[in-house]
Amino acid sequence: MDSEKFIWLLRNGDNALILSQRLSEWCGKGPALEEDMALTNTALDLLGQATLWLSYAGEHGGAGRDEDQLAFLRDAPQFRNVLLVEQPNHDYADTLMRQFYFDVWHYEWLQALAASNDQRVASIAAKSVSEVRYHLRRSTDLLVRLGDGSVESHRCMQSAADQWWSYTGEFFSSDDIDQAMATRGVAPLPETLHAKWIAHLTQSFDAATLTLPPAEAWMHRGGKQGRHSEHLGYLLAEMQFLQRAYPGAQW
Amino acid sequence: MVKASDDQLWQWLSQVADPEIPVISVVDLGIVRGWQWLDHERLEVMITPTYSGCPALQEIADDIRTALEQHGLNAVTISTQLSPAWTTDWMSESGKQKLRDYGIAPPAQKASEQVVENAIDISAMLNLNAPAIACPQCGSSHTRLISQFGSTACKALYRCTGCLEPFDYFKPH
Repeated sequence: MDSEKFIWLLRNGDNALILSQRLSEWCGKGPALEEDMALTNTALDLLGQATLWLSYAGEHGGAGRDEDQLAFLRDAPQFRNVLLVEQPNHDYADTLMRQFYFDVWHYEWLQALAASNDQRVASIAAKSVSEVRYHLRRSTDLLVRLGDGSVESHRCMQSAADQWWSYTGEFFSSDDIDQAMATRGVAPLPETLHAKWIAHLTQSFDAATLTLPPAEAWMHRGGKQGRHSEHLGYLLAEMQFLQRAYPGAQW
Repeated sequence: MVKASDDQLWQWLSQVADPEIPVISVVDLGIVRGWQWLDHERLEVMITPTYSGCPALQEIADDIRTALEQHGLNAVTISTQLSPAWTTDWMSESGKQKLRDYGIAPPAQKASEQVVENAIDISAMLNLNAPAIACPQCGSSHTRLISQFGSTACKALYRCTGCLEPFDYFKPH
């Protein structure tokens, strides 16, 4: 069993799964019908991507667990998503800004993974990146419109940008598992994507008349290693309820 | 029984309608990627998802199996192939015309044209120079985007400012 790669695959799957679940919480509650549809469609894309990653993880050291068992029968410390994606939705600006930060990183990450020497990883990344390109286009467009919109929308977007900033460092921090994957040619080191990420942010924030928070700020860590905020437990309690209450239930 | 020929199989599969857009077939959409005979009677058909979360994929697999059973193929397995990733660039010209006749504007540009290698160039990323989407009802190019997502993952919602009708747009992907 290749536990390093298993955990690395979980990180990819869990980022998509947990953000998908958060976005799904907006279903039926979006501020406009078009936004409701956009967030739930984005959630659907991410859920599909999570399925691809987690089924590979299950085959690759998952001890016989399939993607559903990995999604519904693990507890919080076994999840390996970054802390940003489990943060609560709060208001709409917070949801959009969390999505923007994620999409910029996700796009660059998947572009890089499409060149992985692991064929399965490369094909999942190439499949996902065409969906994420559309997510990123939408997030960037909304950031510019709302940042450069009314006084109130500008204030909300700036506040959201500052609020989530300390959760963005985790995208670019590496540990032994990242090192091992880089050595094997499966993935680049996370920190190598930072310059492109900042460049996209700088251009978008300029166009949106927003101020980029300081690069040297203190950053949260731990989600990738399974040390989560309390929010993840509540999210899982809802997401996993059915399988916990009725083990083995199927459609 | 005698193995069906490739031409025969293409013809049979061209009769399988997409469950969400019944005027076009799973072949028009480029969902069927090919097949292989596992022995003299067992056939494996390879399909690819449009969007990775597309809920119609299971139904498409069932529909293909049912259609082939009606032609006497009783040992058909369906497998999913991810690579190369599905793109609307594979959509046939006849498929595009059928979409238009049905009231859905087909993709107005190649998906490969909107690939921005460098996401740092945000004006290119935002696809600001994308061609106008012609209204499938009246042909006017005076149309505007209402919603980036529509009734299915593959569509966006537009409105024609000429004839005032709303319409679906099949997004380049």
